[in-house]
Amino acid sequence: MLTLTPAATVTADVPWLTLLVVWPLIGAALLWLLPRPEKTGAAGPRRVREIALGFAVVELVLAVIAAVTAFGSGADSGSYQLYEQHQWIPQFGVSYALGVDGVGMLLILMAVVLVPLVVLASWKEQGSESGPTNRLRHYLALVLVLTSFMVAVFAARDLFLFYVLFEAMLIPVYFMIGAFGGPQRRYAAVKFLLFSLAGGLIMLIGVIVLYLHGPGGTEGFLISNLTGLDLPTGTGRWLFLAFFLAFAIKAPMFPVHSWLPDAAEQAPAGTSTLLVGVLDKVGTFGMLALCIPLFPEASQWAAPVIIALAVVSIFYGALLALGQQDMFRLVAYTSVSHFGFIVLGIFAFNSTSIAGSSFYMVNHGLSTGGLFLLVGFLVARKGSAKIADFGGLQKVTPVLAGTFLVIGLSALSLPGLSTFVSEFLVIVGTFATNRPAAIIAAVAVVLAALYVLWTYQRVFTGPVRDELAETKDLSGRERWVVGPLIALMLVLGFYPAPALHLVDEPATTTVTQVGVTDAPDLVTAGDEGSEQ
Amino acid sequence: MIFNAPDIAWAQLTPVLFPLGAAVIGVLVEAFAPRVARRPTQLVLTMLALLGSLVSVGLLWSDVKDTGGTDVLGGSLLVDGPTLVMQAVIALLALLAVLIAADRTSTGEDAFAPQAASVPGSGYEESARRAGLQQTEVFPLMLFATGGMMIFPATGDLLTLFVALEVLSLPLYLLTGMARRRRLLSQEASMKYFLLGAFASALLLFGIVLLYGYSGSLRYSEIATAVTGTTGMDGLLLVGGLLLLVGLLFKVGAVPFHSWTPDVYQGAPTPITGFMAACTKVAAFGALLRVFYTVLPGMRWDLEPMMWTVAIATMVVGTVIALVQTDIKRVLAYSSIAHAGFVLTGVIALEQSGITAVLFYLLAYGAATVGAFGLVSLVRERGTTPAGLPEAAQASLGVAVAAGALPVGSAPAASTDPVDVGTGGVDDEIKDDTTVLGEATDISQWAGLGRTHPVLATTFSLFLLSFAGIPLTAGFTGKFAVFSAAVDGGAWPLALVGVIASAAAAFFYVRLIVLMFFTSPTGGPLTDSEDGTTRPRTVVVTSQGFAVAAIAICAALTVLLGVLPGPVLDVISQVAVFLP
Repeated sequence: MLTLTPAATVTADVPWLTLLVVWPLIGAALLWLLPRPEKTGAAGPRRVREIALGFAVVELVLAVIAAVTAFGSGADSGSYQLYEQHQWIPQFGVSYALGVDGVGMLLILMAVVLVPLVVLASWKEQGSESGPTNRLRHYLALVLVLTSFMVAVFAARDLFLFYVLFEAMLIPVYFMIGAFGGPQRRYAAVKFLLFSLAGGLIMLIGVIVLYLHGPGGTEGFLISNLTGLDLPTGTGRWLFLAFFLAFAIKAPMFPVHSWLPDAAEQAPAGTSTLLVGVLDKVGTFGMLALCIPLFPEASQWAAPVIIALAVVSIFYGALLALGQQDMFRLVAYTSVSHFGFIVLGIFAFNSTSIAGSSFYMVNHGLSTGGLFLLVGFLVARKGSAKIADFGGLQKVTPVLAGTFLVIGLSALSLPGLSTFVSEFLVIVGTFATNRPAAIIAAVAVVLAALYVLWTYQRVFTGPVRDELAETKDLSGRERWVVGPLIALMLVLGFYPAPALHLVDEPATTTVTQVGVTDAPDLVTAGDEGSEQ
Repeated sequence: MIFNAPDIAWAQLTPVLFPLGAAVIGVLVEAFAPRVARRPTQLVLTMLALLGSLVSVGLLWSDVKDTGGTDVLGGSLLVDGPTLVMQAVIALLALLAVLIAADRTSTGEDAFAPQAASVPGSGYEESARRAGLQQTEVFPLMLFATGGMMIFPATGDLLTLFVALEVLSLPLYLLTGMARRRRLLSQEASMKYFLLGAFASALLLFGIVLLYGYSGSLRYSEIATAVTGTTGMDGLLLVGGLLLLVGLLFKVGAVPFHSWTPDVYQGAPTPITGFMAACTKVAAFGALLRVFYTVLPGMRWDLEPMMWTVAIATMVVGTVIALVQTDIKRVLAYSSIAHAGFVLTGVIALEQSGITAVLFYLLAYGAATVGAFGLVSLVRERGTTPAGLPEAAQASLGVAVAAGALPVGSAPAASTDPVDVGTGGVDDEIKDDTTVLGEATDISQWAGLGRTHPVLATTFSLFLLSFAGIPLTAGFTGKFAVFSAAVDGGAWPLALVGVIASAAAAFFYVRLIVLMFFTSPTGGPLTDSEDGTTRPRTVVVTSQGFAVAAIAICAALTVLLGVLPGPVLDVISQVAVFLP
């Protein structure tokens, strides 16, 4: 991708992160360069899928090795590991700088776990219906391109690089929605793009202004060079707002969430999984890794309003989820609710709640990703995502029903599943600094139970409908998609220590950066609570 | 009276001498060479001239980099860093535009009228077409225009500025009227361009006169001294300065002096539109930049309100009106207006970084523009005459289709094949119904091109993404550079308007991408578009190679300047200092 002149500071022996960025791109290029399926006969589409899956799995293996290399020996997860830095556009002060702290690494791992599952879930999409002009390879190539961008954006340590990836990521997603989605896909794709682009461009002004307040020079965009600037109060607040708006749109938070339900409804299930599971995390990740360190004063200034909006998001998302007829939209609204929790935890400025939010990002990716994929399987069976079109499925498809229930329970934070740990930490941490918000947010858990169980009830219980009597249960491939997700939820639910180790120290760092006195250390208490 | 012949540094003039000299030779070729030899001769001559221009810029480079530049012809031409950059950019873009103009595609016809003097629709025109005549004067005309464009940003006095303006404009007026298809539209555009252009020239001249009256000199440097030194007569200076700027802003296509742009861009032969949109803009912004940075900085506070208004109006009007256009050339025309606004934010910044930013932006924008119009010139419509066909004609076409003259059912497959025009075996009447006509410029005709011609649609999308300023394309780097310069120069509201306009502008670029990739290709020879009218079927003609080469270079530049802009920025910023 980039041929760069090497510069001095390289703290990684092997450029793991660059490798993780480049590897999927090679896969995508390979998919596009393959001879067209109609020329290779029936073997065409299969090979495409297998190549994509191969690349995705190798990417996962590479990421795990990288994570073990970086943090396996108990390295400080609050510092940036696997750091690489090269000059990119020295005239603008732009570097190609990658590095991950615990949170970034965890999100990268979450992303590369989801990618092979998405590839596997898309196994039968796009191929058969379009006949000889098989479009699956375009879809899978876009998934791989997106993978590369996702890894890079969580690892970017240069503000310009982050911005470029933040915006460039839109293009593959745009095509993944617009070219492969449902009947209203064009509208959804354009809406998605314009919302994101508008937020991003406002942020661009912020990026430029911040750079001009920074030290400048050929490395002026390095986040480390922009952290801790002595910004004038007014400027800092405006800049914070410019950044926050972009991230709030991405996250998405009430009231700038309205693109998400449309996008999720129209996109293929795999796209929604990556969009909501991973991409939207860039929003909350940006708040955590950019907004707060860059503008600590403004973050504190804005925190009350943001917490209020987060609480509104929690309820608004949950209530609207209850009213949805379409399961994709339902899952999208539950995500708005969950993102409210994440944002609440971040802006409660408490190391427990921030650690909880960081962990929540991962768990939400797993549970929501799982829900989207399962709804996708349902749609593949019935050709509709309307709740009213289903009923009584648990008698016909017990495995599908069971997995849906488990993943649904994880979405409502049942103890023993990983989301519980994170939601608990968020609420406990918030309770220490902002009691009313914590109490109100806790009430929303009831709503979560309602929207998950009521949906389960309508889709899977009751008398079996005649037209659904022949519905097939999950195939072996589909079980392989859902199985790993459930396993991860259980493992992280009962033994969250490795993940918490990764998010713990960054949370402490963040709290220090904001400059508030931390509430009593509740992280360990949280661990015990979850394991009991 | 003793008349001292000026000491002429010929070497410094070579970048300009190449195109102008070759243009003169080209005129002689038209006069004396046999008809068959004209086209190849002109083509080779034009290429060589523009390449020679590029090479001579390269040879002058190190000298200028070290010395900061020299004035030539007693100060009429200033050969400094920005001059060389702009001359190189103009030569490069002109070369690409010439390649596109030279391409006759698989139809065997170029974009120009076989006999521009013939009355549209006359029998004379038809016989010229049958005889296979062509106006090879296009090439020397383009060279003359290029020569004028190269002088325009390089001049150091107002009189040369005016002469250069005329040298670059007159051939363009002519070229605008020479389209092969829709000739009346083309001639109307030419007329409009000429009248409005003459009007703007007059304003410019009037401004020059007033500035001369104020300062007693035509030299930039002396006017600049007078601006800071002289007191009184401020009215003269202000009006003169404003009129001068109006003349330049007209060429740039800034609101409210933009009204010629859409009509001219639409009517002109498409390769010429690309040439105008890219090269004229570079030249005009070059001159504007020089005037703004070297002549008028003393008037900065007086001019700022006007320039801010113009920049904001240009960005907003260009974007908003582009949103509702249905003709692809008009969309690109309004988008070029919006881009003029973006560049203006960099000009107004009056920062050193602004010069580099503007020069880079012009290169990035020019590459995408030439490429985009090149692609537009390849997408044609096939079938009968334009929309609003009379009933009888439709009926007869129906017969032709029924007779199997068109492969209706296999439309997408058939359109990938080279177009079979004049292969015989079809009688004249039906052949007229199935020939490849002009460009399919109605955007509804671009539906589904992504499915039938993925490479073309992808390349066009790349240019659109660059226009929209999406990261990793040249357009983003350029926008980032000019907005940074604007913020740096304290003009952050301009940058804010700029990004909002960019977001809105993204909508219509994206709309085209949606249309190409996410909409089903239109099937039969006549398809109902959304407004209920019928349009001929869209085909893509095969290039002879020239246009494809030019478009490929443009696409490569767009990606390269987006991903690795460092070296180019470095080269530009090394020399981005104006001679006083």
